[in-house]
Amino acid sequence: MKQGDEIPELAVTPDKYLPHRYAGASGDFNPIHIDNEFAQQVGLPRNILHGLYSMAQVARANAAAAGGDPRSLRRLKVQFRGMGVPESEIKVTGRVREESDGTVIVDTEATQEMNKIIRNAEAELQPS
Amino acid sequence: MPVDDSAKGKSFPPFEYEVGKEKIAEYARAVGEDNPVYFERDKAKEAGFRDIPAPPMFAVVYSAGAMGPAITDPEVGINLMAMVHGGQEFSWGEPVCAGDTITTTAEVADISEQDGKGFYVFESVSKNQDGDEVVRGTWTNIVRGV
Repeated sequence: MKQGDEIPELAVTPDKYLPHRYAGASGDFNPIHIDNEFAQQVGLPRNILHGLYSMAQVARANAAAAGGDPRSLRRLKVQFRGMGVPESEIKVTGRVREESDGTVIVDTEATQEMNKIIRNAEAELQPS
Repeated sequence: MPVDDSAKGKSFPPFEYEVGKEKIAEYARAVGEDNPVYFERDKAKEAGFRDIPAPPMFAVVYSAGAMGPAITDPEVGINLMAMVHGGQEFSWGEPVCAGDTITTTAEVADISEQDGKGFYVFESVSKNQDGDEVVRGTWTNIVRGV
């Protein structure tokens, strides 16, 4: 991985029930994620993805880019902005900002259609 | 009225979490991890892990019991109905594996205000049973209309 390289794009479409499975796996049962009616009552378009699920997709894409070993991902910093929703494809992209002594810094983000759901993210990798 | 930052520096009791193989598998399936090291002990050992490793973002699972009380602490004073998770950072150390006991402590790193929004920044440190650091987290929550 060298400066300017793009990481392989990761594309995943969370299905309608994904937020329920992620709620069970993570323990975060905030109703904005699992109750469509509640989400709309508080002014959201529908129930929304957990930000930390979307961050896990960014983690997955960057670890894969470094060869797939989870130990390669040393650090990940993200900002959550636009809300992610189920039943819409997430694309994670990234570009190597710098590489020195085996440590790679990637500028990375996740989008759904034109909506950036994770932006200004930075991954630090040590490819195996 | 400026945001109340009197809880800055407050720390919370440590939370212990015992990592189980089936919980790792449940989490890994939910986030779409398909690397066999997360599901098969033989594959994990072949890859040099002590046991089945947790995906890096499993940090949210074992940290939750420390972060919940911090975020909902009345002295910190977050209006949960107006809160959004604004940002997150993790720095990973020693891998976490099934059978580990992870102890996480959380503290309020900073409370500030910008453009009528409160920024509540928490830091967490998680260590395994040998005292090795496994992850350090920075959790930024933004509260509208403080």
